[in-house]
Amino acid sequence: MWWSNLFTDASPASFFNFSFLPKYAAFFVQGIEYTLLLAVVSVLLAIIPALLLALMRLSKNRLVKGLAGAYIALFRSTPLLVQLSIIYFGLFGVINIPRYSLFGFVDLSRFVPGVVALALNSSAYVAEIFRAGILAVDSGQMEAARSLGLSKWSGMQLVVLPQAIKNVLPAIANEIVTMVKESSICSMLGMAELMFGAKAVASSTYITLAPYTLAAMIYFCINYPASKAIEAIERRMRRGDKQ
Amino acid sequence: MATNNEVIRVENICKVFDGNIRALDDCSLTITKGEVVAIIGPSGSGKSTFLRCLNLLEQPTSGKVIFDGVDITSEKVNLDLHRRKMGMVFQHFNLFPHMTVKKNITLAPVRLKLKTQAEADKVAMQLLERIGLPDKADTYPAMLSGGQKQRIAIVRALAMEPEVMLFDEPTSALDPEMVGEVLDVMKELAKSGMTMAVVTHEMGFAREVADRVVFMDSGKILEINTPDELFDHPQNPRTQLFLSKVL
Repeated sequence: MWWSNLFTDASPASFFNFSFLPKYAAFFVQGIEYTLLLAVVSVLLAIIPALLLALMRLSKNRLVKGLAGAYIALFRSTPLLVQLSIIYFGLFGVINIPRYSLFGFVDLSRFVPGVVALALNSSAYVAEIFRAGILAVDSGQMEAARSLGLSKWSGMQLVVLPQAIKNVLPAIANEIVTMVKESSICSMLGMAELMFGAKAVASSTYITLAPYTLAAMIYFCINYPASKAIEAIERRMRRGDKQ
Repeated sequence: MATNNEVIRVENICKVFDGNIRALDDCSLTITKGEVVAIIGPSGSGKSTFLRCLNLLEQPTSGKVIFDGVDITSEKVNLDLHRRKMGMVFQHFNLFPHMTVKKNITLAPVRLKLKTQAEADKVAMQLLERIGLPDKADTYPAMLSGGQKQRIAIVRALAMEPEVMLFDEPTSALDPEMVGEVLDVMKELAKSGMTMAVVTHEMGFAREVADRVVFMDSGKILEINTPDELFDHPQNPRTQLFLSKVL
């Protein structure tokens, strides 16, 4: 069969030379876990600051609005790798995280700076998602709340935000998908996520291409079904709204 | 000049949008207790803006709105406290879609600590009985017809036990067959002695229920009179022109 020697005597540069798998599969399994942990934790951590940033952006106070605007502009207009490096060497050059290992393979002294950088970056994007979600709620909702004597904050909290958050849930799930991909940049700073695993395998086996092919396949197999599922949920939500 | 039974006095309010669009031009009006005032006029005449200035959903550019003897346009007043006493009903109902009908009605009284949840629930059920919709208490607004939504929006405002009710074209977004049920609730409310200001295109309602009718055009109040006088003997030529087209 054409595939029978795919795993044995292909050249080191072959796309599908997966002969490293029996020995190095654990690198990839741990890599997937590390990547998912990075993506999910950083987006979850981003949600509260993002909500705060979005509310600040919608504030009438020009200083508050400007501060949030500057933060968002800064994080959206510089590369993630640069932000990561500055936070890793700058912020966490001062703050010392102990070399404690979580689940046996997540080294906190690297994981925490990584998560903080990704969360700070992500909060700028999620803030814009929230802002759009809040603005998409009909202004009559806030007017109705205010006309009943509720304060601006009560109206926001009880009436506008619950509707806005429901509307932006798919976009936030998409942000996790983005983060699964973007977090590959953390391999540059020695975080043992999926891309790092692929690199490690490539350099120790001299199989230069196939580990990356495998990494690409894994990223695809996580993200494509996830984004399709989110699309389906979004469609159903939209149908629900029309009733 | 303030009399004891005056509820709202509007003094010379102007509203200018975006620096040059003059939506209201020197409008004054006094509404007394138990009175029903209908505000009519062509589209874009400023009647909705005028009504929205009464509870300051729209901030007047100049002029005063005096409610219960307090100038609520002043920066020093706590507007939320005064808005509790002014119910408002909107053209597009603005029910909260993520809450049940009962929750819509009880949200503000409970949140503002005017009633416990149990008390508010009881009042909500009484109000729903009054409009014939007690069986809708636990449904969501999306499941209701326009007429039902608007009747519930009215009782949501009533649950705050307001002194005055403001209606902003309450039947304009309704299918024709549902206009009647909403007007009936409003008529009953008027009969019960509620002070009301109603922006409306329903001339029949204005004539039948209102104590006074205000005609507005291009941001100005052009004529105020009893319905019989205003509809049968309009003084201003623009009132005459408008009525000749709609009646």
